[in-house]
Amino acid sequence: MNGPVDVARPFRGRVFRYGDHVNTDVIFPGRYTYTKSRPEEVAPHALEDLDPTFVERVRPGDVIVAGWNWGCGSSREQAAVCLRYAGVGAVVARSFGRIFYRNALNNGLLAIVCPEAVDALEDGGDVEVDLEASAIRRGEAVFAFSPFSPAVRSMIAAGGLIEQTKRRLAAG
Amino acid sequence: MIEHGRPADTARTFAQKALARAAGEEAVAVGQIVDARPDIVLSHDNTAPIAEIWRQFGQERVSIPERMAVTLDHAVPAPTVRHARNHAEVRAFVAEQGVAHFFEVGRGICHQVLSEEAVVLPGDLILGSDSHTPHFGWLGAFGAGVGRSEMAVIWATGELWLRVPESIRIRLEGALGEWVTTKDVALTLIGDLGADGALYRSVEFAGPGIGGLSLDSRAALVNMMAEMGAKNAYMPPDDEVFRYLAERLLARPGRRAGRGAEAGEAAAEVAARLEERALQPDPGAGYAAEHRLDLSRVEPRVARPHQVDDTVGVGELESVRVDQAFIGTCTNGRIEDLGAVHRVMAGRRTAPGTRMVIVPASSEVWSEALSRGWVADLAAAGAVFGTPGCGPCMGNHLGVLAPGEVCISSANRNFQGRMGDRGSEVYLASPAVVAASAVAGRIVHPREVTE
Repeated sequence: MNGPVDVARPFRGRVFRYGDHVNTDVIFPGRYTYTKSRPEEVAPHALEDLDPTFVERVRPGDVIVAGWNWGCGSSREQAAVCLRYAGVGAVVARSFGRIFYRNALNNGLLAIVCPEAVDALEDGGDVEVDLEASAIRRGEAVFAFSPFSPAVRSMIAAGGLIEQTKRRLAAG
Repeated sequence: MIEHGRPADTARTFAQKALARAAGEEAVAVGQIVDARPDIVLSHDNTAPIAEIWRQFGQERVSIPERMAVTLDHAVPAPTVRHARNHAEVRAFVAEQGVAHFFEVGRGICHQVLSEEAVVLPGDLILGSDSHTPHFGWLGAFGAGVGRSEMAVIWATGELWLRVPESIRIRLEGALGEWVTTKDVALTLIGDLGADGALYRSVEFAGPGIGGLSLDSRAALVNMMAEMGAKNAYMPPDDEVFRYLAERLLARPGRRAGRGAEAGEAAAEVAARLEERALQPDPGAGYAAEHRLDLSRVEPRVARPHQVDDTVGVGELESVRVDQAFIGTCTNGRIEDLGAVHRVMAGRRTAPGTRMVIVPASSEVWSEALSRGWVADLAAAGAVFGTPGCGPCMGNHLGVLAPGEVCISSANRNFQGRMGDRGSEVYLASPAVVAASAVAGRIVHPREVTE
């Protein structure tokens, strides 16, 4: 298991390309949902039913590029956690299932809507993601995405929703 | 409610009204982010992992035990020691925190049970760590799914930020024909609009067609909107809904103040109070899209593996042999669904080489099917029954599939590997089509086996 990458700073990796309507069952199979929850338990099953070789190939900072409605289906948060702890820094797609989208950002996995980057990025190619600049880069080419809100950025900077809430509660 | 002198652009959708109410705001705009306080939050077998997250906050007590509903339903009775341990942790947590609504193994699926128990009321905001939480729109409530971390935060703080979604309106006209159900309506809509046809949106049904639908049928249709990407879905509640809830509240007097019924109160009084609480969209509210569907033109439809929007008419599938037929889930495991199965299967038998698994959505459905004699008839027809709950829907237990096997199912998802091995295939259809296919051994229209 690779472990998570720091997404608050620019990171580089390779592209793993997938299609439309990739659902959370193939990202993290339902047969494990009530027995495996911790990051180290779920990461080895990332994309098990979509791309069984993914876990062996993924490296920290790699980026998933997909089409429409990535992460549709079940609300299982392990779908976001398994990718994050397998080393994926961002999923770049045309659109996202709404629960996956929230789960991803809450866990510090960047979920980026950027159709131009989806059109341009090829499987296996190098890519850089820069949260601060709201940009995806491939060599000289730059693909801008809509900046995340200050609230979302501060949550990511805090290490995710749980860390942020801990601080909030401690501050009273 | 119509206010005098109100300009048309302040007409509001159901979603705007429900989230304004939950946020304690006079009015909210589409796209606005609000801090919403849910009336009820639901979790199920995932309660123990959520509790593990919540404990990181260092609180001794959850902030909203009176708003929490926990149902053991996803893998019941426990199929393995790991599942059993998970259930034990859930029970310990529920007892420790004084969770107001707890439903044990066998009571049924959370969405069905919280409806039957009148835990969720019209106009409520219910958030659930389950993607089918939009289900409660059949009662006129705003239901949306959230992740485990978000649920832990709600337990700790009582609130969560939500964006007020755009709404789409679907107007239903006419009446369903013979052997046609709201499952077919849902598959027609999803087939036409796509699995992301309502992504991030509130699906708000309207029109004269709703009044002719049974309550079970309404629940099935609203439930399936999760498969169109909806944030929530809604049907305007009518007298039938208010009476349904009023009777159930009266059967369990002494609920939380303002949300229950007093012993001896008349059902009509309780129903009137529920009607007052209900939210209806304003005429002239702004919709991102409007669709219209004539129910009389809908035909039985089937979703092919592995996408719910890959739908065809049942007659267009030729000789698809089935190994297993499955009836159940929060979509189609209610008494009306078992009635359709009974109508098709009673006095007939499952085809050689085809097995039939039925998992009622709740203990109430199970008892009703028993008292009507349907269970005996269906057992004689070759069906086997599982404990009320989610059954094999997400591949946990009670009827999972081997490599290469084909299942026709009354459930809501046919994703690859969903019901078992990655190499198995799931077709989705109405309970009547599932039952007919069990008898024929291949996917057929119910007419083929009943005439």
